Amino acid sequence: MTFLTSRRTLIATVAALSLLAGTGYAQAQVTLSYLIDDNPTNLATAEALKAAFEAENPDIKIDIETRPGGGEGDNIVKTRLATGEMTDVFRYNAGSLFQALNAPQTMMDLTDEPFQANVIDSFKPVVTATDGRVYGVPEEASMGGGILYNKKIYAELGLSVPKSWADFMANNEKVKAAGKVPVIQTFGDTWTSQLFVLADYYNVQAAVPTFAADYTAGKAKYATTPAAMAGFQYGEDVFKAGYLNEDFAAAVFDDGLRMVATGEGAHYPMLTFAIGGISQNYPENLQDVGFFAIPGPDASSNGLTVWMPAAVYISKTTQHPEEAKKFVSFIASTKGCDARTSANGATGPYLIKGCELPADVPAAVADLLPYFQTEGGTAPALEFLSPIKGPALEQITVEVGSGIRPAAEAAALYDEDVKKQAMQLGLPGWN
Amino acid sequence: MSVAIEASAAPRPAPDNLRRVKSAYPTWFFLPAAIIYGVLFLFPTIASLFFSLTRWTLFEAQFIGLDNFAQFFREPFLVKGLVNTLIYGFVTSGLKVVLGTLLALLLTSDIIGRGYLRAVVFFPTLVSTIGVGITFTVMMHPTNGIINEAISLFGIKGPGWLTDPRFALLSVALVDVWKGVGLATLIYIAGIVSIPRDYFEASKIDGASAWQNFWEITLPLLKPATITVVTLSLIGGLRSFDLIWAMTRGGPGFTSDVIASVIYKQYQAGFYGLSTAGNVVLFVMVAIIIVPISVFLNRREVEE
Repeated sequence: MTFLTSRRTLIATVAALSLLAGTGYAQAQVTLSYLIDDNPTNLATAEALKAAFEAENPDIKIDIETRPGGGEGDNIVKTRLATGEMTDVFRYNAGSLFQALNAPQTMMDLTDEPFQANVIDSFKPVVTATDGRVYGVPEEASMGGGILYNKKIYAELGLSVPKSWADFMANNEKVKAAGKVPVIQTFGDTWTSQLFVLADYYNVQAAVPTFAADYTAGKAKYATTPAAMAGFQYGEDVFKAGYLNEDFAAAVFDDGLRMVATGEGAHYPMLTFAIGGISQNYPENLQDVGFFAIPGPDASSNGLTVWMPAAVYISKTTQHPEEAKKFVSFIASTKGCDARTSANGATGPYLIKGCELPADVPAAVADLLPYFQTEGGTAPALEFLSPIKGPALEQITVEVGSGIRPAAEAAALYDEDVKKQAMQLGLPGWN
Repeated sequence: MSVAIEASAAPRPAPDNLRRVKSAYPTWFFLPAAIIYGVLFLFPTIASLFFSLTRWTLFEAQFIGLDNFAQFFREPFLVKGLVNTLIYGFVTSGLKVVLGTLLALLLTSDIIGRGYLRAVVFFPTLVSTIGVGITFTVMMHPTNGIINEAISLFGIKGPGWLTDPRFALLSVALVDVWKGVGLATLIYIAGIVSIPRDYFEASKIDGASAWQNFWEITLPLLKPATITVVTLSLIGGLRSFDLIWAMTRGGPGFTSDVIASVIYKQYQAGFYGLSTAGNVVLFVMVAIIIVPISVFLNRREVEE
């Protein structure tokens, strides 16, 4: 009996103490939740930002939450925003995917915040909603979409960087003859299948300068614009020629990084943010990986399709707006860039004023920079020029790249998908 | 049914007497269930009918009549999804009936370790579908999966179970059967055990063979069990989603898409009105298939 009583007292005391401690803790500190996707590179960035920010602001704690990437992640972000369950701060794509989020109703307007002065102007349109207000700041470096290649294989076989698609296919033939995998595809992560289509946009706009505007207005279609169809055709061509790795249908993103870094394969169509993943997982091979833009039909016009980086946004429902702004302001400062560079190395030019790249950048980044330094050497990807991106593109490009559906049919199917998205967005000229 | 028979057997009951017989409980007794039913089933059903007629962003719904249904039926993957759904539903329930019967026969015979074997057959039913899906995805990897590595010991190059468009759907269906056959077996075991021994003794006297026993006694008397298994697994198969999503996400491309995964992708893309319309279509479709089958099977049962 005495034992019972004393134990009960003990429990009560402990409970009371912990309650006190709990409230004391909560008063001293604010915890901000921060939602990112579960890509290891992005997680490393977030951890570095968290560490640097918490060191500077001991009274604010960052709680990182992860979600899947790709379509599943889009769904989570949309649903959480719509139901008011979003974290205080979250990271998400800029451009057309941002446009689908209904920012004016779900996010905090950051147009007049002082830290916007640090952001390079070319970034602002891709996080500006239909009401003309700015809702985000860039979280990472800008990226190029193109082809990561293994420099050792190129040196061994005496190949040079291709400037036209025909050169590229000729290189592939030589790689195949040497018994190596010419083109790596990783359809186990379906989003990786879209590069031939999306990263070919420099060549599309070189051939049809009005494509983005006409496409948004519902006048230009992939299936009826040969330059736009080419991306689908490329996917079909490399499959038909037998250039793909044996397990292309099941391999995932990290397999692709391994193969191109260690020389199991020669080419991997990818965005340059992947360089961060290589520097983390295969640091000894980092200097073996180079980069070039998707070569178009004509060697004389060769340029890079550029991706604006993902941005961080603040949800409208946050309980700690001031602390959230402090965190976002930190990300949009040179300290944010430094934290990022320390986590993943340099992956491309930053869009924050005053952020410099270190002198010893990885080889692929060194290959990337000249495009930015050439006048007319870059063009933004279509998703930053038009609010419409069809949600089924990744499944369609998997079908094309696996020989299930011919390119022409796939392009027409994608046009249907685009139409659906345009109608959901309520854009004029579609119906 | 039985209440009605009783009532008509009673000597000419007064009308209010009859009502009292029908409802054994006071009205308030039904209230909790009625509220739960209304809030959780009736209201969502009506709301979804409404939202299926709108272009819906979760914030605002714009009434667009039957456009969503028109769009859904224009969906290029829909026909493929429909065909796949039917294949999946009939393959899984067919195999569950056949394998369930055979396993139940085995597990009601006098074999050693019967209780243990019954548990083993039932075990997959208890495991999480997503867990099963992920495990089999790893095992079915085309180059380093354990299944193809085992096959390659015999010098055969195994197919891409989940990555070859010809096999993806059937591979998932087989995993579904593996996971679900335990329940079918359980139902059949109960059916077999409840068959009176007298029939077999009688047939023994008549000199019937084992084959005749199975064909003339066991199988016909298993009809109620079969009806249950077919109905359950067909409904499950037609609206199956979790296993397919965990294993292939409808891929490669759209080749193993079923209706439910097509609908889910619309939802994922933010086409909320369209996906709601898809669910209404799925509901009608399952009803159209299941109701006649159920009526047909049950009528046969009553006739015998």
